[in-house]
Amino acid sequence: MRITTHAGWAVCAMALALATAGCGGGGGGSGDSQAVLSASWGDPQNPLEPSNTNEVQGGKVLDMIFRGLKRYDPETGEAEDMLAEKIETSDSQNFTVTVKDGWTFSNGEKVTAQSFVDAWNYGASLRNNQRNAYFFGYIEGYDQVHPEEGEQTADTLSGLKVTGERTFTVKLTQKFSTFPDTLGYAAFAPLPRAFFDDHDAWVKKPVGNGPYLVESYTRGSQMSLRTWDDYPGDDKAQNGGVDLKVYTDNNTAYTDLLAGNLDLVDDVPAAQLKNVKNDLGDRYLNTPAGIIQTLAFPFYDEAWNTEDATKVRQGLSMAIDRAQITDTIFQKTRTPATDWTSPVLGEDGGFQDGLCGEFCEFKPDEAKKLIEEGGGLPGGKVTITFNADTGSHREWVNAVCNSINNALDNERACTANPVGTFADFRNQITDRKMTGPFRAGWQMDYPLIQNFLQPLYYTNASSNDGKWSNKQFDDLVNRANQETDTAKAVGLFQQAEEVVRDNMAAIPLWYQNGSAGWSERLSSVKLNPFSVPVYNEIKVS
Amino acid sequence: MGRYVVRRLLQMIPVFIGATLLIFLMVNVMGDPIAGLCGERQCDPATAARLEQEFGLDKPVWQQYVTYMGNVFTGDFGTAFNGQEVTELMGTAFPVTIRLTLIAIVFEIVIGVTLGVVTGLRRGRPVDTGVLLLTLVVISVPTFVTGLLLQLLLGVKWGWIRPSVSSEAPFDELILPGLVLASVSLAYVTRLTRTSIAENRRSDYVRTAVAKGLPRRRVVVRHLLRNSLIPVVTFIGADIGFLMGGAIVTERIFNIHGVGYQLYQGILRQNTQTVVGFVTVLVLVFLVANLVVDLLYAVLDPRIRYV
Repeated sequence: MRITTHAGWAVCAMALALATAGCGGGGGGSGDSQAVLSASWGDPQNPLEPSNTNEVQGGKVLDMIFRGLKRYDPETGEAEDMLAEKIETSDSQNFTVTVKDGWTFSNGEKVTAQSFVDAWNYGASLRNNQRNAYFFGYIEGYDQVHPEEGEQTADTLSGLKVTGERTFTVKLTQKFSTFPDTLGYAAFAPLPRAFFDDHDAWVKKPVGNGPYLVESYTRGSQMSLRTWDDYPGDDKAQNGGVDLKVYTDNNTAYTDLLAGNLDLVDDVPAAQLKNVKNDLGDRYLNTPAGIIQTLAFPFYDEAWNTEDATKVRQGLSMAIDRAQITDTIFQKTRTPATDWTSPVLGEDGGFQDGLCGEFCEFKPDEAKKLIEEGGGLPGGKVTITFNADTGSHREWVNAVCNSINNALDNERACTANPVGTFADFRNQITDRKMTGPFRAGWQMDYPLIQNFLQPLYYTNASSNDGKWSNKQFDDLVNRANQETDTAKAVGLFQQAEEVVRDNMAAIPLWYQNGSAGWSERLSSVKLNPFSVPVYNEIKVS
Repeated sequence: MGRYVVRRLLQMIPVFIGATLLIFLMVNVMGDPIAGLCGERQCDPATAARLEQEFGLDKPVWQQYVTYMGNVFTGDFGTAFNGQEVTELMGTAFPVTIRLTLIAIVFEIVIGVTLGVVTGLRRGRPVDTGVLLLTLVVISVPTFVTGLLLQLLLGVKWGWIRPSVSSEAPFDELILPGLVLASVSLAYVTRLTRTSIAENRRSDYVRTAVAKGLPRRRVVVRHLLRNSLIPVVTFIGADIGFLMGGAIVTERIFNIHGVGYQLYQGILRQNTQTVVGFVTVLVLVFLVANLVVDLLYAVLDPRIRYV
């Protein structure tokens, strides 16, 4: 954003008053590489370790202080080599990884093959209670370091071998052609010796190899990150640093943005979406993110696991007026879903607009007919279960129910069943207590079609909450994972997705967008496909 | 007096144990918190089992409670899910909330009592009616409305203050949140003082004091106010605990990272250790505040003696 020198001074004065570091000499330019911006943040739920962070707030920090073998392009989502010089395989099962030369951690320690192998062994080991341990589940020896029950019999994954200072080999338990593309996930980041030698100190002030380093960290309130001047990568930070401030309520963060106390908000509250154009003008961004909301069904319940129930599910799907709900409740920050993946994958990545076909279109009359053909709703009604503590779940569940009730001409056909906390909601799902459809949200771990299908619909997969099981689907996924040709693999995954459609294993609702608003000081603000701001590209004036 | 205090302190023990047990059970009834730690996926059973062990959730509730209480007496309040010690959380949260409460209490005493005295002495006059109406408005408008409105007006529209409080939360930034937090209680204090003053104004000792020819100021402050303050002190004393624990709404609006914030976070994440730890301290604050109030009675009214 260009501004005149005059206005530049005013902004500088404000910046001086607000941020710790002020404007440098040339305040009128398009970007000051020394200026620090402030951004909204939430308190990470788990300790800030790469293999222990499974939510977006901790993920933000990891994205700033770590770089892994691969990195997902902030715009296209494509996995590109970052620290990996090359990852070679001849059989999609044994991989040889070569790490680029010249990379160090911000404390000066060299990033070697050992840094990766140690980190992965730490993440997989049961002893360390890492929430993301299952990411290493494909590597040989995982069942020894992380047995389903009992004590672990090994400390390190037998499938990982360091073969040189910069090379190591990975042996998987099965063929998995897109394995290298998953390596951009934070859990696969390298770790310095300091992490293992003085773990407590590291967690208090993490040290990584990314474009930023942690200057200070006050748990639960603020983290100050500063640009690492000796960062060897080509995605060096364009600003002087970022102050992440914890906000309990995104409304307060938004108010602070309006008052000029905050530079960047990456979660515009639903209630403010109507005003955002007025308040911020073009300093607002609303782009697709790799998040899809669906309604899952309890297939462990006899009533939902019959031939006829498929028709009921299809009917329910057609009874939901997605367009109206996304327009009125979400102000177009969500898009009606027409498949089970996400637009961020792109056509080549496997997103297929309209794969769901007429089953995802709003056709109330046919919906009613289909449900009647399927023997009506089990027990004459459905309840949609959801957690009422976050998001605007209550609003949309009520709207979905209204839509179903209208289509069926029955005021009591659908009711909402709120659950107080997310933990309790997850508990009821794990204990198989659902009797009707329930909210299922999925934020991708890495931008691959595999990540939208396998964890959610494969037999006994970790996020297959409805316990749906289909041999045809499983076979197709297995074949797709073995396929070395990417285009063919994607094609197989899409065939698997068609199986999901034909059985209506889950009703796709909408794709979620990421949103961000920023102050006049900032320019070049972007959100990556994970709806995290690309901090290192932000320019501050 | 000494024996009275000892007796009261001993009475606190069963109250304390009962209160913590109730809270412990209530948080436990909410269910297993581990499931919420793994995002939108099932925790793998091995990790879930390890986490349950780490947080002591694999034992029966009574045993958890006994262990917890045992640890509390040695000063160990357990660990929150994000790996922080609960005592560390308290160390950051309580100073902030104490500052906020102090400001609120000062507002209550200074503004509330002054308004109460002024209106009590001028009953039925326009000042009285005006203040009464005002307090009625303050009582009937919910705190979050007052808070958000003032935040928007002073913080965004006029730019007088920062809409949110920084993480250090110094006194000057807490003035507006303190006022918002105090608003409802302030109105009650005004009304309580007013009624009490108006009632005592007609009592014999005031007439005697006036007849003795004492200056009006001395009559009001030494005789009238001192005797009228007993109900007000009771109210403010009970309010201290209430303000500290009930600041969740105000703390959310102004992004203050105090006790309310930690409690809210703890409840959302079903973190027994945080919730029980903080509430335990709040229970203690309540009990001590009540004791101090009872002792203050004797200071205010010499007829009250403790034996």
